[in-house]
Amino acid sequence: MTSFTLAAGQVLIHGRPYAEQERQVAYVPQRGSVDWDFPTTVLDVVMMGRYGTIGWMRRPGGKERALALEALAKVGMQAYADRQISQLSGGQQQRVFVARSLVQDASVFLMDEPFQGVDATTERAIVLLLQDLRASGKTVVVVHHDLQTVADYFDWVTLLNVRRIASGPVHEVFTEENVRLAYGGRVAWLKTEPAATTGSTTAR
Amino acid sequence: MTQPQLEIQAIAVVTAIACALPGVFLVLRRVALLSDAISHSILLGIVLAFFVAGSVTSPLLIVGAAAMGLITVVLVQALTRTKLVANDAAIGLVFPALFSIAVVLIARYSGDVHLDTDVVLLGELAFAPFERLVIAGYDMGPQSLYLMGGILLLNFAGLLLFYKELKLATFDAALAAALGFSPALVHFGLMGMVSVTAVGAFDAVGSILVVALMIAPPATAYLLTDRLPSMIAGSALIGAAAAIGGYWLAHLLDASIAGSIATVLGAMFAVAFALAPQRGLIAVARRRGRQRWEFARTMLAIHLLNHEGLPEAADENRVEHLKDGLGWDGDFTAEVVKQAKRNGLLWEGEGALILTDSGRRLAESAVAA
Repeated sequence: MTSFTLAAGQVLIHGRPYAEQERQVAYVPQRGSVDWDFPTTVLDVVMMGRYGTIGWMRRPGGKERALALEALAKVGMQAYADRQISQLSGGQQQRVFVARSLVQDASVFLMDEPFQGVDATTERAIVLLLQDLRASGKTVVVVHHDLQTVADYFDWVTLLNVRRIASGPVHEVFTEENVRLAYGGRVAWLKTEPAATTGSTTAR
Repeated sequence: MTQPQLEIQAIAVVTAIACALPGVFLVLRRVALLSDAISHSILLGIVLAFFVAGSVTSPLLIVGAAAMGLITVVLVQALTRTKLVANDAAIGLVFPALFSIAVVLIARYSGDVHLDTDVVLLGELAFAPFERLVIAGYDMGPQSLYLMGGILLLNFAGLLLFYKELKLATFDAALAAALGFSPALVHFGLMGMVSVTAVGAFDAVGSILVVALMIAPPATAYLLTDRLPSMIAGSALIGAAAAIGGYWLAHLLDASIAGSIATVLGAMFAVAFALAPQRGLIAVARRRGRQRWEFARTMLAIHLLNHEGLPEAADENRVEHLKDGLGWDGDFTAEVVKQAKRNGLLWEGEGALILTDSGRRLAESAVAA
């Protein structure tokens, strides 16, 4: 997050500047952002989410291990704890990243295309987890491009295309007109199905 | 073994391990060539510090050299960040410039002093025992052994204290930043480590061997393990073994010690590259071959299952008809059938192939997946 430069505006988390609230935010990057041939295990990657709480120079211990295993269980990956990370499929890598965000004790989760190119098992596991997080009062912001699932997965949607097209509860804002504006008219809107959109979405 | 022989090997081993520790992270961060840049451009730092201090033994030389190492990294990064040149080109632009300034300065202003470009590049381990550390009249051993021993301890302590930070910033710099571990700080800490190590080592072993000792052992260990702690320990061991092996190779061939150590390092890498149990060329080729036959056996089982119990089964499932059904040539088909029989997947009755229970299970599970 700190590695992004603001083009304009400001980022407020719970009404305060991001710089003061860094630790409240857990970021789930796209899978391609790290080297999956790095010599380490699944458990170790998840434990990295605890490093911020541990602080400089101290080593993670049994507590961190237990929290990491618990998070892995939540995403259905506990059997893979000791695997070398290069042996995972794309969906499993995504679940490891989500597990890593869970151990960060954050209250806001930013996920960059978590459903991009993942298998059905992974998508289901992540969606269930999003619902859990919402139930425990967390905010989850997801960058999403699958118009079919927006209404099922999210409560709140922001449609973006260079600028903000619309933002609000899904049932109010997620309309054919707004989606057309966001996609420049190139979208097939099927009346019968809950179709279509882009943008970021909050389950909260 | 004579005492100088022992001392030379001790210096080589200590230097090798000191270089391998930061080298692991250079290799994992894919910035291995920065070690080349640093180990050359530190010469400018040494020359400039020499002009200030007026002596080649001043500790200011190490400070100057380490500072120049960091300046090199900053310049390379600044150039890369403009996006006008790629990282490798930036390295290739920065260090030859700094190094050549140093070479010109040495030639022009310090012709009489012990600052010789050949020695800087190639080093001469054989001379290392001549510089003694003498305290109160007692000979304590070669100076470079103490220097490199100190640097090794420093690197070891740095690694022990900041292992977690180095690992995190190397694996995922964005997460490191978000969790409050400045990746830039970790990067410069590591580069400081590399610079100080290069300064200490180049005097004893020359800057070419510094690069070899920083890159070859981690690159070799990387092929042999998939855990970071064993990669670090493996790098140290490989470096140490190459140092001793290289010394005796040089002894045998009456050749340069640094050159022989680099040769042994290259040979060790080549062996690991070919023979590493998981990632070596041979292991990969064998795995591919195994997968090919495994796939063929499964295809055969699926083919038999598809026609099983149907009227055409007696015809389709004959060995001589398989090549039409599966598009295989005769020899390949014969070999696959032979393997499948040996694995108990099928048996041959009245000229047709019939699946066993385990063959049927294999086909069914393959289709289900």
